[in-house]
Amino acid sequence: MEHEITLVVNGATRRVEVPARRLLSDCLRHDLGLTGTHVGCEHGVCGCCTVLLDGRPVRSCLTFAVTVDGQEITTVEGLAREGATREGGGSERPSRIHEAEAMDTALSPVQRAFAECHGLQCGFCTPGFLCTVTAFLRENPAPSDDEIVEGIAGNLCRCTGYQNIVKAVHRAAELLAEER
Amino acid sequence: MKPPPFTYHAPRDVGAALRTLAQVRGKVLAGGQSLIPLMNMRLAAPEHLVDINRIGSLSAVDASPAGVRVGALVRHSDAEHAGAHPLLTRALRLVAHPVIRNRGTVVGSLVHADPAAELPAVLAVLDGTVRVARWDGRAVERDVPAREFFTGPLESAVQPGELAVSAYFPALGPRTGTAFEEVARRHGDYALAGVCAVVTLDDDARVTAARVACVGVGPVPVVVDVTAACEGADGADTDSAGTGGERADRGWADAARAVQEETEPESDVHASAAYRRHLVGVLAERALRNAAREGTAARGA
Repeated sequence: MEHEITLVVNGATRRVEVPARRLLSDCLRHDLGLTGTHVGCEHGVCGCCTVLLDGRPVRSCLTFAVTVDGQEITTVEGLAREGATREGGGSERPSRIHEAEAMDTALSPVQRAFAECHGLQCGFCTPGFLCTVTAFLRENPAPSDDEIVEGIAGNLCRCTGYQNIVKAVHRAAELLAEER
Repeated sequence: MKPPPFTYHAPRDVGAALRTLAQVRGKVLAGGQSLIPLMNMRLAAPEHLVDINRIGSLSAVDASPAGVRVGALVRHSDAEHAGAHPLLTRALRLVAHPVIRNRGTVVGSLVHADPAAELPAVLAVLDGTVRVARWDGRAVERDVPAREFFTGPLESAVQPGELAVSAYFPALGPRTGTAFEEVARRHGDYALAGVCAVVTLDDDARVTAARVACVGVGPVPVVVDVTAACEGADGADTDSAGTGGERADRGWADAARAVQEETEPESDVHASAAYRRHLVGVLAERALRNAAREGTAARGA
């Protein structure tokens, strides 16, 4: 049996018909075409599929789409825009901000920090890290190394060895502080 | 790795949930952080899922001087941030990872009854209860004490048709400290072995009550009252070298041995039974000492 549900994904209201067993990860990727959310292990270990549900990071592979009917979801696709909206007031690159197109594609501070610090190599785990770290820094804007390691402990990365990811989280905290 | 099909029910109040559970052979879906992996791996294939996520009345944390009642929809992270019970808060930080804790529920962890999980041990060491409801013309509730609640590995006293609506964690008495010590292969994994301890001291820092609950070393949390074995142990000078210190050391070591004797660890791919038995002894002594130290500090406060 199909269920009609409404999800607010990255600010846009999306109506979709899904069977009850549809995982939120598959709903985002297959039904809504948002393939930025990656699916690794499908049993909650790797953290690649992490998205923000009403602002809090959750595993989309351990959530049924029907359960979150009516709730707000932010995927990695929504982080850039979220960053751009916040940047609107004043940013370190004012010349670019004038262009509407640049607004749409402007990366969020966390995304910029990952790029700057080489916090990714193959990039498969990155959407999960970005969502996790975005929420983590909202709760803890100036974390210590240990707090960062604890904060990202639920996300696996097979390339970087994590050191540059930890650096990127520190850098993102700096960028966010500058914006405030 | 896709869950098998099921019929989905989304009741909006407890009564509707209980009526549905009485009619169909279903599993309850709360946080889903244990159930959905099992379904994804096709280890579980319930015909009906009764999703309680829309039942707002189950989201309450009610703290009173006597204890804290945690509703079936209270997420691990909400209970952690509520900070309503020191031992519960401490144990919650050891449960999986923060992202899992945003979704998983306290009561769900209890009902799942994994013998290596932290929260069943907390309920057991505190002698807490789980409130279970079913439909019999009206909602009928019963309170199940922890020692009867955990019946085997991944088995609890919740019967088909029943819903665990809340759990009750009794508050700690005065001059009481707690600790939770565990060893896991990786941070956030289920522990190879773990021990939580509750120690009460008198005004001279002598132990008047000491209980531990061990995880990963038996089919259910293993609760051991080590008050007698702790004789001579105290919270004041847990590491000192004087004669009093030696007597204290012997008291803690006796208690740890008593704990070891009560546990029946099994060997698996992660650790041998002998290693688990060794761990539980070391962890019991460490947990008891730390709990006593905290109790001493609480006494001074």
